[in-house]
Amino acid sequence: MGDSAFVTSSVSAVPATTVTLRHSGLVRVTHWITALCFLALLVSGFEIVVSHPRFYWGETGNVLTQPLFKLPIPASRSLVPTGYGYVLPDQNGWSRYLHFQAAWIVVLTGLLYAIFGLLTGHFRKNLAPAKDDRSLEAVSVAIAKHLRFERPSRAEAWSYNLLQRITYLMVIFVLFPLVIWTGLAMSPAFVSAVPATVTILGGQQSARTIHFFVSLALLLFLLVHVVMICVAGFGSRMRAMITGHAGTHAGTHAGTPMEGP
Amino acid sequence: MSNLSRRKLIATGLAATAGVSGLGAAASFAQKHGLIPPDDRGLYGLGETLTYASHRLLTKHSLAREFPRSMISNPPLANEMPPLKDAFKRLQAGGFADWRLSVEGMVARPASFSLPELKSYPSRSQITQLACEEGWSYIAEWIGVPLSHVLETVGIHPQARYVVYSSIDSDWWDSIDMADALHPQTFLAYGLNGGELPVGNGGPLRMRVPRQLGYKSVKFITRLTVTDNLKGFGKGLGSAAPEGGYAWYAGI
Repeated sequence: MGDSAFVTSSVSAVPATTVTLRHSGLVRVTHWITALCFLALLVSGFEIVVSHPRFYWGETGNVLTQPLFKLPIPASRSLVPTGYGYVLPDQNGWSRYLHFQAAWIVVLTGLLYAIFGLLTGHFRKNLAPAKDDRSLEAVSVAIAKHLRFERPSRAEAWSYNLLQRITYLMVIFVLFPLVIWTGLAMSPAFVSAVPATVTILGGQQSARTIHFFVSLALLLFLLVHVVMICVAGFGSRMRAMITGHAGTHAGTHAGTPMEGP
Repeated sequence: MSNLSRRKLIATGLAATAGVSGLGAAASFAQKHGLIPPDDRGLYGLGETLTYASHRLLTKHSLAREFPRSMISNPPLANEMPPLKDAFKRLQAGGFADWRLSVEGMVARPASFSLPELKSYPSRSQITQLACEEGWSYIAEWIGVPLSHVLETVGIHPQARYVVYSSIDSDWWDSIDMADALHPQTFLAYGLNGGELPVGNGGPLRMRVPRQLGYKSVKFITRLTVTDNLKGFGKGLGSAAPEGGYAWYAGI
């Protein structure tokens, strides 16, 4: 970020704090707020689903109509025939309060991140694939490399590879907007003002079903994300996202990081 | 370097001051325009206030979606409910001839209405969706008298801000603000799909608030209280719902 201006001065005179950071302060703060909110949304979302673990397509759906599919779990309400002989404790109240509060915080955080990302060129520099990589061939080469478990080059500690870029862009610009949209489509008040939010999706129950699948996709992303961080080096990646400094145990604390691609 | 940090400090200070005074201005604006829900305290007060305030600014006059007759869910779902109390069963045995709706509080002419009296008022119908917080939903034709008509008949005071409505089962009560109370689709419903409103769906008289989730559409209504303050009702949270852990505003 702006700190890079100091790189021109002699290296020995540069205090550690002005070394180029792997992740800017705003990226780190919004990352962790989002992570926390997403966990809250997952847990509360699951609790909400437990009160009616059936999914439908179209405008309406209830225990008198044919479901699209059912989750093979017991429910927290006795109205739902699940085949289990018992009803789970009802956690819908606090779950709903938490779900919408976390949704607000993550939406506002996401908005801040998006504005920041556009203004500072974060999306263009760090997430958009390089010109040479914008081809199907480049993508398939990257996938093949990934599938062969090729060790990432040292440069990848300082930059995202092609697959990471594509994945992050999908999460930020497809999955998150879609989960927010389908969430709003379930609000009777919001759709009274903007009916197209739900009619485009084919109805309120369709919105609920899509919301569920997009949440699953985000959960899958989270799991792969965490696994990949463990593979790449949990300590160094966590340090980079918490302090901003990429771990460079070997060699000096300054210098090398500037050589990112 | 020191110049820059001073500049940074001043900028941060200005931003913080602007932020705090902005929040203050937003809070007083929200208070003045009735954008604060009664359950604005506690852990989830922030989210509730943001939802309620943004919906009031966005949806004050918007209409709930209405559907063609062909989309009516058949049969309409009668949700599970606690066993009916003796007082209800007695009235039911008499064909609800003695059912009364009392209207009190900040009104010029407190009154009590029988079902035939309510049915003598202009009848309206709407084909809207009832969506439950659990996730299920159905579409039905709701027939009734707009709540605004009853409020006009009794004459509400200008400072009125909420209408509290109670079921014959006193554990079950709720309230809505005037934007919802005077909304053309907020009904005291007594009919469903061309017939009488079945007991399973809240008959003989149910509040119908189609821009909010089903639990705001309280069944078996016997009393309306017009007020400017919800503090005196229950725990002061605006309805029995927050006392049971659910949000007062359910427009989500």
